[in-house]
Amino acid sequence: MSEAHKPDEDRPEVQAQATTTPVAPSGPAAKPPPSRERLQQARRKWLRTILLTGGVTGAALSGFLPLVYARTKRLRPPGALDEKDFLASCIKCGQCVQVCPVQAIKLADLIDGFGVGTPYIDAREQACDFSCDAVQCILACPTGSLVYKKPAFLGVRQGAKLANAPILKAKEKDAEPTLNLAERIGVARLTRPEACLAVKGKGFKGQARGAGFKGRMRYMAVDRWKPIKVADHPYDIPECDLCVRECPVKGAISIETVFAPDGSKRKSPVVHEPCVGCGVCEMICPVEPSCIVVEAREVWNI
Amino acid sequence: MNQYLKNRFFDQIAVMFGREARKPAAISPVAQMFHTMKRATNKERLAATIREHHATGKKVHTWRNRRWAVLIIVNLMFTVSFWLDIQILEGALTASRFIGFHLIDLNSALQVMLAHKHIIVNLVIGTGTVLVLWILLGGRTFCSWVCPYHLLAEWAESIHLWLVKKKLVTDQAIDRRLRTGSWLVFAALAVATGYTVFEAISPTGILSRALIYGPGLALLWVLALLVFEVFFSRRAWCRYACPIGLTYGVVGIFSPLRVRYSLAECFHEGDCRKVCLVPHVLDTVIKGRAVDVEVPLGPDCTRCGLCVDTCPTGSLKFEVKGLNKLM
Repeated sequence: MSEAHKPDEDRPEVQAQATTTPVAPSGPAAKPPPSRERLQQARRKWLRTILLTGGVTGAALSGFLPLVYARTKRLRPPGALDEKDFLASCIKCGQCVQVCPVQAIKLADLIDGFGVGTPYIDAREQACDFSCDAVQCILACPTGSLVYKKPAFLGVRQGAKLANAPILKAKEKDAEPTLNLAERIGVARLTRPEACLAVKGKGFKGQARGAGFKGRMRYMAVDRWKPIKVADHPYDIPECDLCVRECPVKGAISIETVFAPDGSKRKSPVVHEPCVGCGVCEMICPVEPSCIVVEAREVWNI
Repeated sequence: MNQYLKNRFFDQIAVMFGREARKPAAISPVAQMFHTMKRATNKERLAATIREHHATGKKVHTWRNRRWAVLIIVNLMFTVSFWLDIQILEGALTASRFIGFHLIDLNSALQVMLAHKHIIVNLVIGTGTVLVLWILLGGRTFCSWVCPYHLLAEWAESIHLWLVKKKLVTDQAIDRRLRTGSWLVFAALAVATGYTVFEAISPTGILSRALIYGPGLALLWVLALLVFEVFFSRRAWCRYACPIGLTYGVVGIFSPLRVRYSLAECFHEGDCRKVCLVPHVLDTVIKGRAVDVEVPLGPDCTRCGLCVDTCPTGSLKFEVKGLNKLM
């Protein structure tokens, strides 16, 4: 530093202070000792820094903790990695939301407790009916959270893998009738057989979920490429088989004759191995609450 | 780059990570001559000119208006792409596709890779594109020209400054090393928990998703941050906490686009430092500090252009390094 460049030229405010308070003459490098006020200011600054650090980290962790305690498993979009890997890799961009033709995929919010911005499917409100044929959400995912085929280093849980590529009923007449999906996202289960119309031997007439229901589905008889509202497609069937009739996957569910505990014969929907867990049966079930539900992340146990 | 600028270059990187800006150890002879001459100027006449600047100077908002327009258009493109299903810019700020090309936010990609502990091919492609883009465009340009939180924070800042003027609040400064700390904490949390913890509270991601997919309760956190900034600490999130800013700041080290300070024209009025989000990059404008006659601002600069707008003498200008040599 040259002789002409005096340190007190540097800060006008320091210069002003120097002229008002007499400072003991010292070498150019020596600093005046910090005043009590300065020290207090520095201390307060530290306290504020600690406060903000705590606040930000606390807020971040509060967003994470519900995940640790999450009890209910959520249905993720098709092709989702196992929950732990899924949460690690999802970048929360919502591209899967954007491509879904029936808008089955929603993004989680702060209080949902399973990761702000991660996608999930509420099957009762709007199930994935594979209207897109190609599982577009997997195609859209930029991070491989949703995949057609898992990379080798990720294991496949026992029973999660589908025995065969599922045949999509809608594509049955196409040259390639299968759906590019290797693992199931859940398994449907008849949770309330006592209320099931098929078990009771009853028919169903009218709109499956009432006039106000906003859920949509593709009906091949109506338009292959344009899903319509379930409410716009009323039914009149002598024996209810809506879950079987509307299941998009071939051979995933059927009405079978079973024996009740008392030995009497009756009919009941029975879920089979090809079930991928899409949740259409849960959405379409006309009983409130649904007699059949998809158990997210469930594997085929038999 | 001469030795004086080289020293400053590395000095400013340390400053970005949170060290206080300090006096340079060595100043080029030409710059030193300017400093000496400036000291010899008639102080009253200079003060009179500065007063005149402040009295007659019109408020210029050229760069601010351009920037706000870009920021709003980019964010609207996301929203419109989804709502009208026109597929120009699909996704959100964390990851998107621009006419089919993957674009992935660097900080989000880093978080995902740390949490997932695996390199994902698409992620690398998208991150590469974005890295090149932001090296060309200036690194933290992302903050001021794209990040929706930045715009809200600017509005909150004007309320804060009004309250300060009315002497109702004071700006509580916080240690800038906190940002480096939070970057490390969130990186460590991602590795330890296997979950992108930062994404849960990133106001950039929350706002971007809210704009595209509709509002959610997560916006309350953004509101809390804004309230903190209005009543307690000016621009606290962007200045002291946001790891995204630091990630893009590092990118900015290599960027040819920056704001250049020229010593000759400067009257050292200090208006630029008052409007700046990151005044430590403008320490060079303090009397006697410029190491050379022309000094580029450091990598933490968000290239927002507020200082360019506000400088009454035109000492601060945008430049692309090497472009004047080419032309």
